[in-house]
Amino acid sequence: MQVTGPTTTRAAGSDAPLLEIRDLRVEFPSRRGTVVAAQGVSLTLQPGEILGVVGESGAGKSTVAYATIGLLEPPGRMAAGEIRLGGERIDILPPEAMRRIRGKRIGMVFQDPLTSLDPLMTVEEQLVETMLTHLPISEREAKTRAVELLEQVGIPDAATRVKNYPHQFSGGMRQRVVIALAICCEPEVLLADEPTTALDVSIQAQILDLLKRLVRERGMGMLIITHDMGVIYEITDRVAVMYRSHLVEVGPSDKVLTRPDHPYTRSLIAAVPPPDRRIDRFPLVEYIESAGTATRKLDLASHWLGKARDFGAGDGPLLRLEHLTMRFLTRPSLIPSRRRWMTAVDDVSFDIRPGEVFGLVGESGSGKSTIARIITGLYRPEAGRVIFAGTDMTSLKSRREINRLRRQMQMIFQDPYSSLNPRMKVGDIVAEPIRFHRLAESEAEVRRIVADLLEHVGLGARAALRYPHEFSGGQRQRISIARALATRPRFLVCDEPTSALDVSIQAQILNLLKDLQEELGLTMLFISHDLPVIRQMCDRVGVMQRGKLVELAETETLFEAPQHDYTRHLLALMPRMRAA
Amino acid sequence: MLLYIIRRLAQSVLVMLTVALIAFTLFQFVGDPINNMVDQDTSLAERERIRKELGLDDPVIVQFWRFVENAAQGEFGVSYRLKKPVAELIAERFPATLELSIISAILALGIGIPMGVYTALNRERWTAKLFMTLSLVGVSLPTFLIGIFLILIFGVQLRWLPTFGRGEVVDLGWWTTGLLTASGLKSLIMPSITLAVFQMTLIVRLVRAEMLEVLRTDYIRFARARGLRDRAIHFGHALKNTLVPVITIIGLQVGAIIAFAIITESVFQWPGMGLLFVQAISEVDIPVMAAYLMLIALVFVVINLVVDILYVVIDPRLRTES
Repeated sequence: MQVTGPTTTRAAGSDAPLLEIRDLRVEFPSRRGTVVAAQGVSLTLQPGEILGVVGESGAGKSTVAYATIGLLEPPGRMAAGEIRLGGERIDILPPEAMRRIRGKRIGMVFQDPLTSLDPLMTVEEQLVETMLTHLPISEREAKTRAVELLEQVGIPDAATRVKNYPHQFSGGMRQRVVIALAICCEPEVLLADEPTTALDVSIQAQILDLLKRLVRERGMGMLIITHDMGVIYEITDRVAVMYRSHLVEVGPSDKVLTRPDHPYTRSLIAAVPPPDRRIDRFPLVEYIESAGTATRKLDLASHWLGKARDFGAGDGPLLRLEHLTMRFLTRPSLIPSRRRWMTAVDDVSFDIRPGEVFGLVGESGSGKSTIARIITGLYRPEAGRVIFAGTDMTSLKSRREINRLRRQMQMIFQDPYSSLNPRMKVGDIVAEPIRFHRLAESEAEVRRIVADLLEHVGLGARAALRYPHEFSGGQRQRISIARALATRPRFLVCDEPTSALDVSIQAQILNLLKDLQEELGLTMLFISHDLPVIRQMCDRVGVMQRGKLVELAETETLFEAPQHDYTRHLLALMPRMRAA
Repeated sequence: MLLYIIRRLAQSVLVMLTVALIAFTLFQFVGDPINNMVDQDTSLAERERIRKELGLDDPVIVQFWRFVENAAQGEFGVSYRLKKPVAELIAERFPATLELSIISAILALGIGIPMGVYTALNRERWTAKLFMTLSLVGVSLPTFLIGIFLILIFGVQLRWLPTFGRGEVVDLGWWTTGLLTASGLKSLIMPSITLAVFQMTLIVRLVRAEMLEVLRTDYIRFARARGLRDRAIHFGHALKNTLVPVITIIGLQVGAIIAFAIITESVFQWPGMGLLFVQAISEVDIPVMAAYLMLIALVFVVINLVVDILYVVIDPRLRTES
């Protein structure tokens, strides 16, 4: 079957670059004045080239992509500049002509594969629909091609899978489907907006490989947007660095990564936690003004947080998990034998010593979060025991006794956007655990403690009067930390506390956690899929795979001499970027 | 899938039994039913005899079971007021209400959904804003007022349409219909519009809100990035996804149209069940009230069951496959 490929179309253009963005300026008019999302951005893309655009959230990376494909969200508009595809200006085309270019000549891949596909249509329907819109082929041909495409993006058993609905695919597989949809009409340019951010390390490596292969095979030009320096290192030929809607640096990737010209690029690269050695503190992105608010040192002897810290000395581990098992029902049925179960945690046992930071790594679905939820009492385990400070939590019956122990352990969740009640003021969010556990004598004292806590996590006491939506992701995570500290806990469960955050913010939050841990002598369970972060944070690490704990070792031992195959596999996938 | 339907059916039976219990207790509230049947000079012995004959001295649970058994066969006893079997009365009135309700529902959905889609897609256009303002009027005006206005304008002033009743009806033996005669159809116009206005405006606002939500999702953006035509995006993707949550409300609203036809029927003297019910209330005609209650409950339960099944048909995520 013959489909007009990019090579034939490109012949029409002279020696102009495949894609050229010249002096782009994008504005979002709002009631409080015009926000400039991109300013003076000029980029070029050649066939077969992978250009990375890197920067922090809000830097204007995605805006550039949306302007290119003509999908700026109103009231956003291109105020100046031009965009040329194969030498021809496309930003002034009428909407209908631009629509014909989208999907046909420029394809786009979005960040979250779980929400990019219409849940009510099969993969085949969506592929066929797209192809029939752009290509002069029959429905039968389109169906054949749909299967071929799924094979090309590496979906096994494509002929059957094509009839499935999106929810029947895993996250990584869905991103493959999204890629198949983006390239089904053989576009010349592929825009990928954080295509691997929502995926696991191992899946991320596979998707990056796939994108690289497709670009090379088809001679497409790809613009990949990411905040992850590892991705830039792995895949791009050239890289453009954006900072506050400006382009600060463009150049060949190995040059920019090793000898960056702009100070922002330099500090951004320095902020990436090194995977190959352990450092004391996470380097901050110094270029950003007011990046790190230094927390002042506490005097625990007199400070509120230091009170009631005498939990009674125990020699043994603070937390002990014994043969923990948890299953979830995946197919309910009246007949027990027809029920299907998914074992999330399978006979896991380990100890956490007082004052230690214990790391848990593994891919999503390996059972890390389930363990965190069992420990904090959100789930009841099917078998096994959770022994906290010598007390078997799973056998406790009295509410009071449970609350007394619960006060000593707190949790920090992954998503700072959904873990704070949007209808409550920050002050009340932080005060709630204090009031619930009756840790303060009077309301005035509660308010004083809240102000102090907010000050201590670097937000300032005035934050108490505002609502969560007024804060950025990193600031919200600080609120979560203040809330967790409000019960004066001795054990903190951090479930991927920084994976939703930018590198610079991640460094701030992790430093804050580290400081607090040292000052208050906290014991921590630190869950992450990010190995470099684990290496910096943890004393000992457990590796989880499909619900089982496959390896447990001192951090340095684990990284230097991994014993289990799976650990080695994970370490091999870790994006290794030469530190500048 | 089968399990799902069976479970829903079992729940429906439970709901019906609960409603039956409420309907049954109605009888207990209004005093001794024997007093409603006999006159004052019936002797005590005679009353006892009737009581025994009717089984009213059996334990309550037995009586309840008998009530459920009879209800299941459409047997609700004899109307106190009209001295006719309730089943017969309902059968006479049911077609009138159902025809009115179905026409109203078609109007409400047929106009409400497209208008909701239109106002969502053309949010900034003045026509859409006008529709939204009008829909606010429709939601807030009481039904009887709309009915009376319509009667005043089209019935009294312009004399185009009849102001009350069903007009000429054709008796098909098991069903009487007003749809086959000109006067029957003309009589339907005003009542069905009156009944539809509230539901229609509600559906407009609901579909609009839900559609705006869907239009913001990633898969709609991705559909645009794939260069699909607007029509395919709006109707193939957005509307279909909009309907999933909207269906629940629409189902309940269709039930409400049937159940709350009462006001419209009163305004237009429509010889339907609603009118029968209103009259039954004013005269404490318990058998009619109980039967009406059961029938409306049945309507809601059936609609809900249909909605639940529709859900599974529309949304593949709810299908549990092997």
